[in-house]
Amino acid sequence: MSNFFTENQDIQFQFNRIDLEEIIRIREDDYNEAKEFAYAPRDYEDAKDNFKRILEVVGDIAGNFVAERAREVDELGSTFEDGEVTYAKGLQEAMVRLNQAGLMGFILERKYGGLNLPISLYIFAIEMVSRGDASLMNLFGLQDISETIENFGSDEIKDEFLPQFSSGKVTGAMVLTEPDAGSDLQAVKTRAYQDEYGNWFLSGVKRFITNGNADVNLVLARSEDGTKDGRGLSLFVCYGNDTVQIRRIEHKLGIKGSPTCEMQFHDTPAKLIGSRKRGLISYVMSLMNGARLGVAAQALGIAQAAYVEARRYAQEREQFGKPILNFPAVADMLIKMKVDLESSRTLIYATARAVDMHKVSEMEMARLKAAGESITDIRGQIKHWKAMADFLTPLSKFVISEKANRICYDAIQIHGGTGYMQEFNVERHFRDVRITNIYEGTSQLQVIAAIGGVIKGVADSQFDTFEATEYRHEARQLANKLKKVRSLLDKCKAYVLEKEDKAYQELHSAELVEMYGSIYVGYIILEEAAEDSRKMLIAKKYIMDALATALHHTESITKGFDTLFADVEQILTRE
Amino acid sequence: MSLHTIVLVKQVPDTSNISGDVMRPDGTVNRARLPAIFNPEDQEALELALRLKDLHGGTVTALTMGPPNAANMLRECLYMGADRAILVSDRRFAAADTLATSYALSKAIEHIGEYDLIFGGRQAIDGDTAQVGPQTAEKLNIPQIAYTLEVQNLDLSKRTIRAKRAIKNGYEILEAPLPVLLTVTKDAAEPRPFDVKRLCVYKRAQSKFEIEATVDDSHDLVWMDELMEKVKAEDLLIETWNIEDIDADVAMCGLAGSPTKVHKVENVVLSGSEFKKVPATPEGLNDMITELMQDHIFG
Repeated sequence: MSNFFTENQDIQFQFNRIDLEEIIRIREDDYNEAKEFAYAPRDYEDAKDNFKRILEVVGDIAGNFVAERAREVDELGSTFEDGEVTYAKGLQEAMVRLNQAGLMGFILERKYGGLNLPISLYIFAIEMVSRGDASLMNLFGLQDISETIENFGSDEIKDEFLPQFSSGKVTGAMVLTEPDAGSDLQAVKTRAYQDEYGNWFLSGVKRFITNGNADVNLVLARSEDGTKDGRGLSLFVCYGNDTVQIRRIEHKLGIKGSPTCEMQFHDTPAKLIGSRKRGLISYVMSLMNGARLGVAAQALGIAQAAYVEARRYAQEREQFGKPILNFPAVADMLIKMKVDLESSRTLIYATARAVDMHKVSEMEMARLKAAGESITDIRGQIKHWKAMADFLTPLSKFVISEKANRICYDAIQIHGGTGYMQEFNVERHFRDVRITNIYEGTSQLQVIAAIGGVIKGVADSQFDTFEATEYRHEARQLANKLKKVRSLLDKCKAYVLEKEDKAYQELHSAELVEMYGSIYVGYIILEEAAEDSRKMLIAKKYIMDALATALHHTESITKGFDTLFADVEQILTRE
Repeated sequence: MSLHTIVLVKQVPDTSNISGDVMRPDGTVNRARLPAIFNPEDQEALELALRLKDLHGGTVTALTMGPPNAANMLRECLYMGADRAILVSDRRFAAADTLATSYALSKAIEHIGEYDLIFGGRQAIDGDTAQVGPQTAEKLNIPQIAYTLEVQNLDLSKRTIRAKRAIKNGYEILEAPLPVLLTVTKDAAEPRPFDVKRLCVYKRAQSKFEIEATVDDSHDLVWMDELMEKVKAEDLLIETWNIEDIDADVAMCGLAGSPTKVHKVENVVLSGSEFKKVPATPEGLNDMITELMQDHIFG
């Protein structure tokens, strides 16, 4: 029995540290929501108390209910028979539980029955749910779908669908991918057409759709005949009724509880979300960003589960007369896991906060506009937070999902042969985590999304501030190391840019993104260390590794190493 | 007709978490050392009541007799979905045995007035008597179904309930007219989690004692009344009743009303010791029976 919120020291640390005051004040309309809704907070202190209580409920459900069923959910998986998808029993029970607790309208506004919580809180919840059962995240974590309807749908659509989501009556699916449109969504072919009265209908095939058997689908389809690219695509909402046929579900490596469907739309009645042609360009990009952060949290949760198993095993398992934890090679793996986990949390909560700040800045601008006040200052803020969110979101997904894979890999390594067997949970975690650096955009695509921020230097002014800060003792040495990483990065960046070779820049983007991200995270961990001395140990390991990695990257980038890209054909011609 | 259900709940020391310094050398329990929790079978009783409410509508009232801090448990009842919470608390109820407890509860139930169903856990983990539910039913002169495993049907037009109850080596299915009292066994209904919206609302629910604690000498008596009214108007009052409120006879409450006297508390340590082989012959069995009778195990 374990509560994944109250009993996780680092989650507690991050929860106590996160500053949501401005975000909550705006989301709560200066706490005027409390006049209308008894469950709305009356001030920030009250809000934080609510958050703590809510996350305790999530931590309890995830730790004491969901986790106990995860193995069976993995064994049974979702099943498909006579065109119907059935969730594993444990997954159904977990969904009932989350509904009973009222957690399915986590980020929706209260007028739609939601809890009106910020993304930062949602990320805590997703991490804990995923630690309990990675596949449940694909149901719990799909609340971005209702959020997208909230952000872009008409009032009529919102009134129809959102209360159904927050009461847990319906689940949703994000229906984007097609056989020939995976990473390249511009190639989507599913057709959207109108009848003489202007009603929309959908027809076409979608593939790899998580929870495609949902009650409500958000579908990307081509509304503009004769177009070929993203500008011809619009977003629609429709019910998963008889006109939506599930053709099959996939047999997967992991997250087996979550059904991955192939769907066919047969003249399915649908409603347009927002404006035509903005489907991919505006709405799906926003939806995907939310989903990407959710997947990063999912990866983090799975990795936490694997780490806990590995640490316990290393303490209990004795070889050569002592616990294997006492062998440096094993201890080093565990330390690396712990530092990766904690630095990932530092990154993900900084990201979530930027996303929240961006959202409330836009809310604030709408309010100022309505009041006829000046919007000059707020414009600047929106620009700043948007740039940060757009950089940090893919960075988080890239860095955290890759690290989580490494953590699960090492968790099996620590278990040795037993870890390879199904009797041990690490085998499941290893399979489950593998999707996290693939779906919602592969790591390679995240790098492409993040590199712009590095080239533009979105966090440069923050780095300048950090560099001007007075650090003491150990922190000063570490801050100097981060300065060194930054100068190495500048050198690499200059080298790559001067080369004016697009292919070369793409080849080394991942290294540049990693270095830039490590400076950002490194400085925040130094801040954390000033508040909690335990964090100094994390900072030390993280920053020293970051410098070593930066030196390695600098060597490969500035010596013009192009991984033999130029000779690709010659190398790969033969098997 | 809407359904009115009362659930009898109790806050108990968490006996599953007994550590070294909880037991005093004399064998009694140091309650202050044990965290107070919601008696597990009472939670299941509440869950069953809430499920019937989900199906048939109506109200669920959580009722407890206990010390002021039992308000913590009542708040949990509100978080789960109870509509009303009542704390029967008075120093004169202290040290009540099951007779005095069921008397006080029956008076409180009469004071509530209208009800169709009463649920309670089979027993509390501190006393393990399983007597309070049945005794309360007797005092109210209504039928009872003890050891309920499952409610199979509730027919509000005929005003009957059908339930499955555990009996030795099996179960039986009983039908009873309303109003009826049911005690609920473990695993009858896994309690639901707290509803987080209710949590954010009812964390503010207060008993009279808790409201009193916020008042000091600088406030006058009217101020306290006004405060009570305010909390009540917000639907956040945990109703708090004393002996006079429920019109109970002081002589039948608490220690005065409890014929049960604890003679001695012994710390029993069960352990295996030497064994004796009994030959499987009529003589051997006879010898064993004689010996057991001499030890007053048989007799």
